[in-house]
Amino acid sequence: MTAILELRKVSKTYGEGAAEVHALVDVDLAVGDGELVAIMGPSGSGKSTLLTMAGTLEEPSGGEVLIGGVATAGMSRNDRARIRRRSVGYVFQDFNLLAGLTAAENVALPLELDGVSAKTAHRAALSAMRQLDIEAKADRFPDELSGGERQRAAIARSIVGDRNLLLADEPTGALDSVNGEAVMRMLRNACQAGIAGVIVTHDAQLASWADRVVFLRDGRIVDQTAPPLEPESLLVPRT
Amino acid sequence: MSVRHALLALLSEGPKYGLQLRQEFEARTGEVWPLNVGQVYTTLQRLERDGLVESDGADDESPQKGFRITAAGDEELVGWLHTPGDIGAPPRDELVIKVLIALTLPDLDVQDVIQVHRRHLIESMQQYTRLKADAEDDVSLALVIDAELFRLDAAVRWLDTAASRAKRRTRTSGGRPAPRSARAARSVEAAR
Repeated sequence: MTAILELRKVSKTYGEGAAEVHALVDVDLAVGDGELVAIMGPSGSGKSTLLTMAGTLEEPSGGEVLIGGVATAGMSRNDRARIRRRSVGYVFQDFNLLAGLTAAENVALPLELDGVSAKTAHRAALSAMRQLDIEAKADRFPDELSGGERQRAAIARSIVGDRNLLLADEPTGALDSVNGEAVMRMLRNACQAGIAGVIVTHDAQLASWADRVVFLRDGRIVDQTAPPLEPESLLVPRT
Repeated sequence: MSVRHALLALLSEGPKYGLQLRQEFEARTGEVWPLNVGQVYTTLQRLERDGLVESDGADDESPQKGFRITAAGDEELVGWLHTPGDIGAPPRDELVIKVLIALTLPDLDVQDVIQVHRRHLIESMQQYTRLKADAEDDVSLALVIDAELFRLDAAVRWLDTAASRAKRRTRTSGGRPAPRSARAARSVEAAR
């Protein structure tokens, strides 16, 4: 397993003096291809900050972030923006689909912004939508889709093309538990197909879809779950 | 309720007399978990036999007999608080007891105790979820697993709430919990 995302001693401090807040402190985290990691922690523990650092949306105050083995600190703004467009997919709580574009156009958008021809981008979009079983809704507009379908389109957009890092902040939003589970199943399948995934959630049932759960407290990683055991023993009748 | 560990918790605050232990035990937990008084003395004798407490050697039945915790007793107490219970049985009661006791110990980080249990519960949830993930079309299996997941999830949420309350208490009082009124304790007991 290769580390797609690596945080080395990453710290983030906001404000100065008495107002100084240490949002992240010496965070070490490596996520390999095929691995889905969930970050859990109470409000204000640094979960969302960790995700913005991982997506190079903000620069750390200390330490370094590597994506695909390449340190992002020395890069120009343009190079970082290119990494975000090409390698990193985001899934947001409120889906963030553009209302004036069809589902397929929304999914193709990151590729088109990156200069890929409309035709090639559309083909890639349909392929991503097929993976999420939503190809039939390609020509519908967001307001013609159900909540679950919208989130599937948003996930298709986050994995379209050759993206290898998927970052998700409370990705099931306000979906009910069965639809939320379907979203987690898709994220898990997308990761197993060779993407590194990081999701931030406060929901233990969603986090339990991850291969590994990392616990944050006051900006520090304090604990993580052990590698999985064989599940067969679970349903043996209790004595 | 584990009388044995509750007594160790009281003694971890400093040496105490047998009578004092009985009164403090009742004051702190007796309203919620009623206790047979004889149990205190039997348990103290067993703790002493096991080397977890020491006494000043006074007459066995004297209420003025003093007890103190040993290093082995300290170790036993901290080990018990950090040991995940059998989550096959309803997990909340044991969790509640452990977190309540952990809150009363000044030198123990209750957040660490909570995290041990949280991780253990979530590791179980991961196992169930994997089972569900591999059996996508089996509705009955999914329902059985969902029932377990919701049960474990409720315990995790309770731990999250406990962690948040404990943190708030540390911020506002910087110290020990306020004494619980007997009336509040009785209503808890009535609700059980």
